[in-house]
Amino acid sequence: MASDARMTAHGATLTSTSTRHDPWLDQYAERTRGLSSSAVRALFAVASRPEVVSLAGGMPFVSALPMDAIAETTARLIRERGHVALQYGSGQGDPALREQILEVLAPVGVESHPDDIIVTAGSQMALDLVVRVFCDPGDVVLVEAPTYITALSVFSSYQCEVVHVPMDELGLNPDALREAIARVRAEGKKLKLVYSIPSFQNPGGVTQTPERRQEILDIVSTNGVLLLEDDPYGLLSFDGSVPRAIRADDSQAVIYLGTFSKTIAAGLRVGWAVAPHGVREKLVLANETAMLCPSNLTQMMITDYLATSPWLDQVKVFRELYRERRDALIDSLENHMPPGTSWTVPTGGFYSWVDLPPGVDSTAMLPRAVAARVAYVPGTGFFADGQGRHSLRLSYCYPEPDRIAEGVRRLADVVHAELDMLDLFGPAIEASQKTAAIAPASDMA
Amino acid sequence: MNLGRVVILAGGLSAERDVSIRSGRRVADALRRRDFDVEVLDIDDSLAERLTSAQPACVIPLVHGAVGEDGTLHELLSGTGFPYVGSEPTACRHSFDKPTANVIVSDAGFYVPQFMELEKSRLRESGTKQVLQSIVETIGLPLVVKPSQGGSSLGMGVVRAESALPAAMVSAFAYGPTVLVQACVEGTEVAVPVIDTGSGPHALPIVEIRADSGVYDYHARYTAGSTEFITPARLAPELLAACADAAVGVHRALGLRDWSRSDLIVDDGGQVWFLEANVSPGMTETSTYPQAVHVAGLSMGQIVEDLIHVAIARG
Repeated sequence: MASDARMTAHGATLTSTSTRHDPWLDQYAERTRGLSSSAVRALFAVASRPEVVSLAGGMPFVSALPMDAIAETTARLIRERGHVALQYGSGQGDPALREQILEVLAPVGVESHPDDIIVTAGSQMALDLVVRVFCDPGDVVLVEAPTYITALSVFSSYQCEVVHVPMDELGLNPDALREAIARVRAEGKKLKLVYSIPSFQNPGGVTQTPERRQEILDIVSTNGVLLLEDDPYGLLSFDGSVPRAIRADDSQAVIYLGTFSKTIAAGLRVGWAVAPHGVREKLVLANETAMLCPSNLTQMMITDYLATSPWLDQVKVFRELYRERRDALIDSLENHMPPGTSWTVPTGGFYSWVDLPPGVDSTAMLPRAVAARVAYVPGTGFFADGQGRHSLRLSYCYPEPDRIAEGVRRLADVVHAELDMLDLFGPAIEASQKTAAIAPASDMA
Repeated sequence: MNLGRVVILAGGLSAERDVSIRSGRRVADALRRRDFDVEVLDIDDSLAERLTSAQPACVIPLVHGAVGEDGTLHELLSGTGFPYVGSEPTACRHSFDKPTANVIVSDAGFYVPQFMELEKSRLRESGTKQVLQSIVETIGLPLVVKPSQGGSSLGMGVVRAESALPAAMVSAFAYGPTVLVQACVEGTEVAVPVIDTGSGPHALPIVEIRADSGVYDYHARYTAGSTEFITPARLAPELLAACADAAVGVHRALGLRDWSRSDLIVDDGGQVWFLEANVSPGMTETSTYPQAVHVAGLSMGQIVEDLIHVAIARG
């Protein structure tokens, strides 16, 4: 049948039908409200193109891994132990891997027992499980200001109230934490968790000193609040000195989240939680409910890798690689960014937090940046309350140093253009500018 | 279908990349269900080489935004000599630049809301405050502010108070060097898909758009559930006919070919106003063109197949 449109006659003789493209619109849970398409997400679709220098996503540079060795390991696993690797496994995770995680925890000072470790699909899953077992709608979670974008998404999905606690150059501010705990309790709200990334914080790039960590531990212990310590970057210090985890000094007040995503491979999706015994039992049940068990295959790949490869040497390779890229970023920022811009200088990890000159809005600026072939994550994504408009996060982990330099040069031009725009329209735009919400994506995490 | 390989171009580097990829995937699926050999290619500076290597029987450009719709890509396609579905480069250029399209459509006798095009340099020369005041005095409120080029309502804002105009201008300028400020006509917003499979351009069923927020912006376009689409639009038969005539007239006035979509508004007095024309209409799950095709009792695969035949016959 040919599609001669005469017979369709622009619809004059047809009966009107209505659609919203989603017949289940009235059925969604309340917690899904706020999940939607946004122009900001549309812009990130461009960031994956090679023409664009993406300083947005926190993607580990997995190309530095010994691919041949991993390929050989995987092939051998399937060949020799495929009947186990391709089968269901333990809901708590492979016992052999849990033993090895103890070795991985040694540098951060955490001593535990394999029974108190639960293996999850990345530490993101562990974070989700912790919030699932502790938080009812309306419960309060205290988080750093700013904090990890996808942690906010988890808290939101369980309908928690997120309260940001200011940071300084040493991370979470103890006085502000005390004040926030007191305020939340005075308001009669249930405070369930304090969520912190003490080492090379995402997105702030700052690291808590040992004294700061002790003070925070004292505060949560005194107030009877559980501390959720997220430590994905702890082994990636540029001088090789691994910060001691807060969990190392208290096994009851702290749940520790770890991951192989940054030290081995994010694509394997293997992380873990170290939790007090009672909590661990709940987490295992929740893990089984969510996914039955973590993947046997990827756990066994990691077990084999840890047993047969000089994995700490590989971590050193990553440290050196990321240090070089951090240097490229900081040098470029110093050389190109206009006066009034400031940034953190991380001593490890993946990120630097940039405060833009007064009035420059990082969300409004993003289309111009993407058109100039550079991408970043606007600061508002790291807050639950609309803060962060004049800041952005730069990630240096993935692009080569010369690309980072080029990206910062482009970004500086964009900021100059934005200043020009501010000069043109003046402070009048401040009052009326809207802030787009940013839904998290894996390439922005 | 033994016509040879069909290449769909989707992606690109504009802010509409994701929309384009979804459009490309949908059309590719429709053609594969009709046994076409389909390859989807992103565009970059090696595109001409890759097309030469693919030797397609026909190319379907579904790249949105600049390069995809401003004539650049169509110029390249004309240069390769491969048959392609869609308009010629000059028509694309005229349609993509909203002020240019407005002038052409207005000259052809259709109603276009009063508009002004603004460049940053003019604002600086004449004084921003004075220019903005002059806009409000000349056109009045409410206003629509949008980039002169680009689609999917990115950078578009409706201004109901003069104090909100600077921010709307900044948002629009973030997507391009020139901005279109236009009188905001209130009424029934409709999308009118036009198709020409060889017997002249015809309007498909007209889609009425009712965004929950009142503004058909990016969120309203691509978040399922946030906009109600009614097809055919609930307009009197004579108004449906007027919209169809306007869209076909726009298609002809701009020199468009094969397919297009005109976005129109019918005001409370029954006047049909032209907003913009699209040379590469969106084909996503929530796009209006596929809805019209469906309501017409046609299938996407069928109309694209017909257009492929037309393009190949054209050579």
